[in-house]
Order: sequence, then C-alpha cells, then structure tokens
Amino acid sequence: MINLIDLEKKINSELATKINKTEIKHNQIYIEIDKDDLIDVTLFIKTNKDTKFRQLIDITVVDYPEKVQRFKIVYLFLSHEFNQRIILSYFINENEVISSLTSIFPSANWMEREVFDMYGVNFKNHPDLRRILTDYGFEGHPLRKDFPLTGHSEVRYSEEQKKVINEPVKLEQNYRNFDYESPWEGTKYIKEQTNTDDKKN
Amino acid sequence: MTKKIKNLNLNFGPQHPAAHGVLRLILELDGEVVEKADPHIGLLHRGTEKLIENKTYMQAVPYFDRLDYVAPMNQEHAFALAIEKILNIEVPIRAQFIRVMFCEIGRILSHILNVTTQALDVGALTPSLWGFEERETLMTFYERASGSRLHANYFRAGGVHQDLPAGLENDIAKFCEGFPKIINDLENLLTDNRIFKQRNVDIGIVTKEDALDYSFSGVMIRGSGVPWDLRKSQPYDCYEQLEFKIPVGKNGDCYDRYLCRIEEMKESVSIIKQCLAKMEKGPIKTLDGKITPPSKKEIKQSMEALIHHFKLFTEGYRVPEDEIYTAVEAPKGEFGVYLISDGSSKPYKCKIRAPGFSHLQSMDYLIRGHMLADVPAVLGSLDIVFGEVDR
Repeated sequence: MINLIDLEKKINSELATKINKTEIKHNQIYIEIDKDDLIDVTLFIKTNKDTKFRQLIDITVVDYPEKVQRFKIVYLFLSHEFNQRIILSYFINENEVISSLTSIFPSANWMEREVFDMYGVNFKNHPDLRRILTDYGFEGHPLRKDFPLTGHSEVRYSEEQKKVINEPVKLEQNYRNFDYESPWEGTKYIKEQTNTDDKKN
Repeated sequence: MTKKIKNLNLNFGPQHPAAHGVLRLILELDGEVVEKADPHIGLLHRGTEKLIENKTYMQAVPYFDRLDYVAPMNQEHAFALAIEKILNIEVPIRAQFIRVMFCEIGRILSHILNVTTQALDVGALTPSLWGFEERETLMTFYERASGSRLHANYFRAGGVHQDLPAGLENDIAKFCEGFPKIINDLENLLTDNRIFKQRNVDIGIVTKEDALDYSFSGVMIRGSGVPWDLRKSQPYDCYEQLEFKIPVGKNGDCYDRYLCRIEEMKESVSIIKQCLAKMEKGPIKTLDGKITPPSKKEIKQSMEALIHHFKLFTEGYRVPEDEIYTAVEAPKGEFGVYLISDGSSKPYKCKIRAPGFSHLQSMDYLIRGHMLADVPAVLGSLDIVFGEVDR
C-alpha cells in the first residue's frame, strides 16, 4: 500500500459497513466510525498486512457542549511501515461509556486516564481508571468547555491550620476576556443585535 | 517457625534529585527487586491546553516554550507548522533554515542535559560540569536571536519573529568547530567507562515490538533498532535539503540510548553547519500582512500597515475551520499538536502530544524485576522532562 487513496479504498471496501465517512486532507486519512465498531476497526488496521498501524499516537476528546452528541473521541494512529497516519473519530453522548483500547495497545492506559480526567468520559474494561494529571481529590473535568478557566478552588498553605487547604477561588480582579472580534464587523453583541434586527425585517 | 514477608512500598520523589523533576514514583519492593512501579504525575500540571483555547494563536506560542523547557523551540515549531498547514502559507527559505538550525541547537541542548544527568544519576559528576558550560553557550545564542535564554517565543506561523543579529551566524559556526571536541571529551569519560557500562548495559531493555506497542518515539524507539525519524520519513521545513544520518541502537538498553544521543549530537552539529552554509539573505517571515506584523518602518509610512499591526495584536489572525495533526521530531521523540480551528482567532482545541508521557507510562514495564538502584538509570535514559509530561 503506497498512497493514501489506495489505503482509503482498501479500508472502505474491507470495512464497508463500519465506516461512516472517510476523507483525505493534509496527507492524513480522517475516518468516522460508530462507537460500537471501535475495537473491530482498530484490530483491523493494526493487524492487516496492508495497513499495519502499529502505533497509537494519542487519544483525545473534543467537546461541543451545544451538540446532543457532545463529545467527539479522536484516536491518532501511525503506521511506520507505510509511513501513514489515520485519525479515527466518533461522537458520543455525555454519559456514554466507551470501550477501552488497553487490550490492543498497552499505551492506551494513560491516554484513556487522561481523557477520563480531563473530560469525564468513562471507559469499560480499563484496568486502572484513576485521575492522572489533576491533584488528588480534584473535582470536575477541566477541559470541558463549561469549566471556567480560573477553576473553582485554589490551594494555599494555611498558617492557622498548619496545613494545605482548598478554598473557593477569590480573585482581586476577574479574568478579563476582551472581545477582540473585528471592529469592522462589529463586536459580538452588536453582531447579534444586527442579526436579530435582520430577522425582524 | 514461619516468617511472614511483606513487600515494602517506597516513595521515590517528588523531591528527589534523580526523579528529574516532580515525579512521584511508588515502588513496591521485594527485598531490593522492584515488583511494581506506579508513577504519579501531574504535580506540574498547568492546564496549558485549556489556556491555549483562551488565547489567540500568537499568544499561545509562549506556552510551548514551557512544555519541554530544555528544548523550547522544537515545540514552537510543531505549533507553527500546524497553523501554516491550515492557512496554507509558504515560509521563506531563510526562515526555514533559521528554524531548523535552532531546532538542532535545541536538540543538542536537550541531549547534553540528558546524557550528563544520566551520568550524574549513576555517579559521574564531571560530565555535567563540562556539558553545562556548552549549554550556557548555546543558550546565549538563543538569547541573541530571541531575547531570552529559555523561553524564546521566537517562531511564528509564517517564519520567525526577527532576523538573526549581526555576527551570530559566525559565532554559531565557531561553536560548531569546537563542539565535537567536547563530545569526544564526554565520550572519553563515559563510553568505555567501566562503572557507567555496568550501570547501563542490559538495563531497561525494550524490544522492537514493545517499543511500538508502548507508543515510543525518538531515541527510545531508535535505541531498539527501529530506524524511524520524522525528519527523514515525514520531512518538514527544509530537512529534505539537508544530509544527515539516523543513528540506530541494537540492544534497546540504556547504554544504546546513550550512544544514540551522542551520535545524534554529532549529526546535529553537521546539520547546523549545512544550514549556515546554505542560508542566504532574504525575508524571515511570510510577507502576507494578514498573518505577520509589518516592520516598524512600514508602520510609520503606511496607513494600511498600521491597520494590519493593530488588527494583528488585538484580534489576531483568523484561521479557517479545520482539523489537523502535525508532528515534529523533538529531541525526546514525536511531539505533536492536534489542532482544531473554528474560523475565529483562537484555537477551538489544541491537544499536545508529548513524547515523555508515553515513555514514562512504560516505567512499570521497564523496571519490573530490576533492582532499586536501576531506577535512576532507567529514568535517566527515558529522558523525562516534567514540563511536557504534565502539560
């Protein structure tokens, strides 16, 4: 398998029922699948002699809070043999549990722990699903779009209690998020105003 | 009479000089043999990805310096390339050479630190004293180009921030003449050193298969005999025009990884020399006024330049809706940026793929069955920097 177009054809014909959409851009193949087909598709692209995606590069999630299927789970694979990359993705609802890849790629362990920590997505059959990057006893999932940038609590050493304590965040000055949208087109609130005006007319 | 033997749980770090930062490693010991290792990370977690989502593309660049802080520009490179690919802009050739040259300087910076501290972990003090002197010289090159020794913030989408100051090219060339001798000195101290070999040979062996399964990259995978380097296999910027070799290990142990790093430093010196030779005068960033700010002189003369400048530093440039994964060969392995843009001037999502993350995760696999004294040796050869592991 030399070029991407052949690879795309191959995947589409071999896994026809499991692939929702394929696309080639930036020298990579983007594949959309269904949640339940993850294990099958991964096993196929890992073991097939014409694909050999032997390495899982990363797992991540994109959060779209306004969509019904809120999370887009993304898997990046690399084939050393054919020097190609695949980006596999599917959408899930907020409380859905997805299968873990740890049995196929041992390196999925920490990547899934990170996804769980940052987005609160649960994995079934994961050997050790704990938080990984945030502090011991942390609450919430920081990379969700509805988690505030400043967080909810701050840590300090209390001289009175002689220990490290958690407190709600108190800022001298609020985080200043300037609206830098183009002054030519007008800032967000002006644009929304004109949009509603247009609809009225 | 029977005695009950209990395994000992030992906390290694987070305040241990051989933990290379803030690693808390919980080791389960049976006598002196490690039965299980459970690394606890995240003590340096700063929420880089969250912060980047709230900054314009230009404001996000400095966060990349703070990931792997021993080779800052290599990280910036991945981010700049990702934006350039989405925007589909051409980078002037001089800028490409400058970027590649500084990436190689970064590689030397990182490898010196790693090789010498690995030696320090197993008991050799002198290499670090010799090596750090060279790092200091290299960091002055960083400073002269970008204004700061560590957190450079030098690469931009479309080129670099400013041209090299007069005389810097000559001084880098001079360094390249003298540096191979320093590598030789380090090798004299370490390569055939009996103690160094006893501590590293056949320790922390990674087979080819496992290197793939555990998502290893960079020296970790090359040390196990897989000739894989993104600079060769998926060349970016001007790497295609340069000649260099990819050193590959044979046994996949700590010693082979050390040898790979030494050889890579020699290759880097040769790449820097080639860059200097091929570099010609010319623009150092794309001339598209919508992406890169105009020069001070233009701002004084042209109204349009002034508008561009104002727009770039308030709103920032907009990046059309797209999704991309770009990776570079950072000194520690494949450093990637998975970027999702939504048409505004801020990234919708920016996932950073740090090589150290997957390397450290294999700690349990690498150290199981080894002695406690091998822990620092293995950890040293993994080349862990917590800025990038914790992000």
